[in-house]
Amino acid sequence: MDYTTIIGLEVHVQLQTNTKIFCGCSTKFNPDNPNVQTCPVCLGLPGSLPVMNRHAFDLAVKTATAINCQIARFTKWDRKQYYYPDLPKGYQISQYDLPFSHDGWLEIVINKETGEKKKIGIIRAHLEEDAGKNTHDETGRGHDSQVDLNRAGTPLLEIVSHPDLRSAQEAKEYLEELKLLLTYLEVSDCNMQEGSLRCDANVNVHIHRDGQKIATPLVEIKNLNSFRNVELAIEFEADRQYRQWQQDGMTFGAVLKETRGYDAVRNITVAQRTKENASDYRYFPDPDLVPVTIEEAYLQNVIDSMVEFPAARRTRFIQQYQLSNYDAAVIIDQGVVFANFVEHVAKICGDGKQACNWVTQDVLREMNDRKLTIEGFPIQPPVLGEILKRVNDKKITIKSGREIFLNLLNSEDLSTISVARIDQIIQEQGLSIVADSGQLEAVIVGVLAKNAKAVADFKGGKQSAVGSLIGQAMKEMKGADPATVRELLLKKLAE
Amino acid sequence: MSIIGATTGELLSRLERGELTSVELTTAYLDRIAQQDDRVSAFLTVNTAEALQQAADVDRRRQAKQPVGLLAGIPVAIKDVLCTKGLKTTCASRMLANFIPPYDAHVITQLRNADAVLIGKTNMDEFAMGSTTETSAFKITRNPWDLDRTPGGSSGGSAAAVAAGMSPLALGTDTGGSIRQPAGFCSVVGMKPTYGRVSRFGMVAYGSSLDQIGPFANDVNGAALLAQVIAGHDGRDSTSVNAPVPAYSQTVNQPLAGLRVGIAKEHFVEGLNPEVEQTLRTALQVYKSLGAEIKEVSLPHTSYGVAVYYLIAPSEASSNLARYDGVHYGHRAEQFSNMIDMYATSRGEGFGSEVKRRIMLGTYALSAGYYDAYYLKALKVRRLIRQDYDKAFEQIDVLASPASPNPPSKVGEYSANPLAMYLEDIYTIGANLAGLPGISVPAGFTEAGLPVGLQLLAAPFEEEKLLRAARMYELATKWQGQRAAL
Amino acid sequence: MAETLDAEKVRKVAVLARLKLSEAEIGDYATKLGNILKYVDTLNEVNTEGVVPMVHAVELSNVFRADEVQPSLPRAAALQNAPKTDGTFFLVPQILEDK
Ligand SMILES: [Mg+2]
Ligand SMILES: [Zn+2]
Repeated sequence: MDYTTIIGLEVHVQLQTNTKIFCGCSTKFNPDNPNVQTCPVCLGLPGSLPVMNRHAFDLAVKTATAINCQIARFTKWDRKQYYYPDLPKGYQISQYDLPFSHDGWLEIVINKETGEKKKIGIIRAHLEEDAGKNTHDETGRGHDSQVDLNRAGTPLLEIVSHPDLRSAQEAKEYLEELKLLLTYLEVSDCNMQEGSLRCDANVNVHIHRDGQKIATPLVEIKNLNSFRNVELAIEFEADRQYRQWQQDGMTFGAVLKETRGYDAVRNITVAQRTKENASDYRYFPDPDLVPVTIEEAYLQNVIDSMVEFPAARRTRFIQQYQLSNYDAAVIIDQGVVFANFVEHVAKICGDGKQACNWVTQDVLREMNDRKLTIEGFPIQPPVLGEILKRVNDKKITIKSGREIFLNLLNSEDLSTISVARIDQIIQEQGLSIVADSGQLEAVIVGVLAKNAKAVADFKGGKQSAVGSLIGQAMKEMKGADPATVRELLLKKLAE
Repeated sequence: MSIIGATTGELLSRLERGELTSVELTTAYLDRIAQQDDRVSAFLTVNTAEALQQAADVDRRRQAKQPVGLLAGIPVAIKDVLCTKGLKTTCASRMLANFIPPYDAHVITQLRNADAVLIGKTNMDEFAMGSTTETSAFKITRNPWDLDRTPGGSSGGSAAAVAAGMSPLALGTDTGGSIRQPAGFCSVVGMKPTYGRVSRFGMVAYGSSLDQIGPFANDVNGAALLAQVIAGHDGRDSTSVNAPVPAYSQTVNQPLAGLRVGIAKEHFVEGLNPEVEQTLRTALQVYKSLGAEIKEVSLPHTSYGVAVYYLIAPSEASSNLARYDGVHYGHRAEQFSNMIDMYATSRGEGFGSEVKRRIMLGTYALSAGYYDAYYLKALKVRRLIRQDYDKAFEQIDVLASPASPNPPSKVGEYSANPLAMYLEDIYTIGANLAGLPGISVPAGFTEAGLPVGLQLLAAPFEEEKLLRAARMYELATKWQGQRAAL
Repeated sequence: MAETLDAEKVRKVAVLARLKLSEAEIGDYATKLGNILKYVDTLNEVNTEGVVPMVHAVELSNVFRADEVQPSLPRAAALQNAPKTDGTFFLVPQILEDK
């Protein structure tokens, strides 16, 4: 079996606005209260008219700029006509021949260890309105379907990629990078469960046979509601197409594009009923909306106010904090809040590498164990930074730092977690590194005097005896640095 | 002096002087409707209870010397294409026979703010598609001057209501002449403002890039006052223009010095009724006698207007009327085999034949393979038509023409030949395609006693000039005082 | 483009427009729409090379509104004109086809 999977993705992203794209209704996700976020405009009542949401347009331009798209200087709105109960006007306001942006790319990391990258081309990104939600009767008894229009009119950004993706893994990687970018930009929460990021995949395979390349017919897969499902569906579909080709030899162009749905329960794709009288959307410019012209100054302002993108941040972390490709990716891929957390800790403690290690190991482990988010993590950077600062300044040992960290995390009253509390614990538990070697020397002399047998064993060649001596010294002198203790002890023994 | 037939200005001054209350006045018009509308059929809904309530409210505030609006206590009849909160709005269609909007159109809000009395909803061609008010699903409106004839359309109910003395003022909508043509046929004043001058929010759309709401009145002053009330920017209509509205009612009586009246040589075509042509020539003489200069201009693309219009308007309509599918509002068929069949059956039953014809035409013009040849071609010729007007208005202030090439048709005359009816729109359509303001003022009668209207067009946002020019003519002629004898 | 309209084409357009037409209507529309299409063909006489299509009757651009929440309709008002509801949702016969 020798074939390459060719994938292009169409992603619909709900933009994080307060109100819908053409009316003042709230965009709050509210499935438990159907049909309470509607007005004459989003109900498509006779006589109602759309007016464009400025913020939705701004967010769309910001996103398109971030995925390196050309921003059109003139753009307009078109009506796409089709009939469906969740589409109250009988047409969707979208963009057809003059989308506001086109021809961009998104770079994805296809190897986390080596950091190898690949540019995925983006054909276009355009704005449109979302439809409502239909709920079908699943009992098979043919009851009515229910229509909820709360979601109708939510601003959507449709991002269409070139068929540049070459495996299910790449497709997943593209989606993850896109999601990361969109959340960094704060243009969408990209919550797939709530439908704020939706994906359709166009898939076919190129079969390599006798030096020839044979392309199979194109299939669009719908109903992909998680990144994992995107991956599984593409894997299944590629294999299915290959087997189908072995049976019927049908190649690209021989049949119309087929639409298949992904059945996550059975992990298969299923042919969907095709629409009666193949789509003729009769696009035409919406006479109710006026065009938008975009000035240079506006675009410059968008660029100037842009945050650092995940890809740039990864590169910077590698350089600035001497991280591996992998470690940088772990931090950045956790999202903007996590990366900001790391940088905040680094700034306070003055040691980036230490901050990275600590947050990716200790914080991430505790987050997972305790099912916490970074936003809700009880020890926030101002406190964690101060713990690490004390370690860095050799005021406490790394071990003591961990002890304090866990102590704080286990506090019964999380509101007591503070910088003052750190110093209190150090005091209470005597964790301060004893800088005065005179005091330490006295302790060691005492330990040696009390453990004549161990001393004799050591001098008799039993190296391991030193361990118990160090342990006893540490017990008496909690804040002591084990390395210093060991060094002094060996020196005394050698005397 | 009688209430029925009085001008808005006369009624307002009597109300202000306390000689008359709005309740008395409104009652007189409601009585007139009760007596005459069986024969005219101008109204679909008479808003009796609310109208009297509004009238009483205005009277109370007026007596208490509280401030009142520009139209305080004056009845206004509303074309049933404008959404009225809590009051049935049918567009004269079976599809919306029971539709009760949960909101007011912008112009209705403006009327309420001006303390007007909403006397009722008037009949029209179904979804404003037609030129005779015969395509209404509910009733055929008759011309008060000759009950065998149509009042024109699509705002025939509003024009007939004013002509029959059932309301001093009315609102209509004009997509291809639907205010100016019935105004001419009913010998009342009707104005279509510049596209963007009046918010379309709450006007049920026919051809969105052509539709505009405008006033009917029994004199130019009334039209100026009503236009002033409804005009102005509205943030809910993206095509509403944010520009100050002149106080039309305060300047309308000032004659224009050095007025240049244009006539287009392309308007004198075969099919122009000789009596109508003579009326226009006489009107030009009137203007000359008032010191105006008459100038001939050329509008070379005039003959293409009807074709352009009957591609653009149905195309937009086919999309605008897609929302009537029996799901969220409107008629749903009782018998159907599945959801798709429910859509098609509901729409097949809910729409009348003229509406279906235009939806079919528009769907076809927008469909794959025909878009460029029909819709796009029409949009290009539309620009050429606009350019013709722009050039003409460099030389003239107003363009004079008949409102319609022929007097009102007999009921049923066009039923077999819609194209013949469409061709009658030749003088009015250009203003919609180009977005210009236009007005029709009574200009006399044919031998048979049928009204003839004089249409004046002006450059965009020159309503003030248009109204003043129309008022000059009205004052110099005797037509305004004529009332249909019912 | 001298188009004639036969019954078959009328049927196809009727499907696109979601209009159930009687046989009589189909025949009637074939004739009447055919006449209209013949008439609009006169536009072919006009040279429109380089002419920018005129979509709007008024030259406006960049009309926006602020992203501020306005009150929505109560559910009862949203559903009030619907032919069939359960008081919470709009109801439609079971959806068979997929989008
Ligand atoms: Mg889309
Ligand atoms: Zn809304």
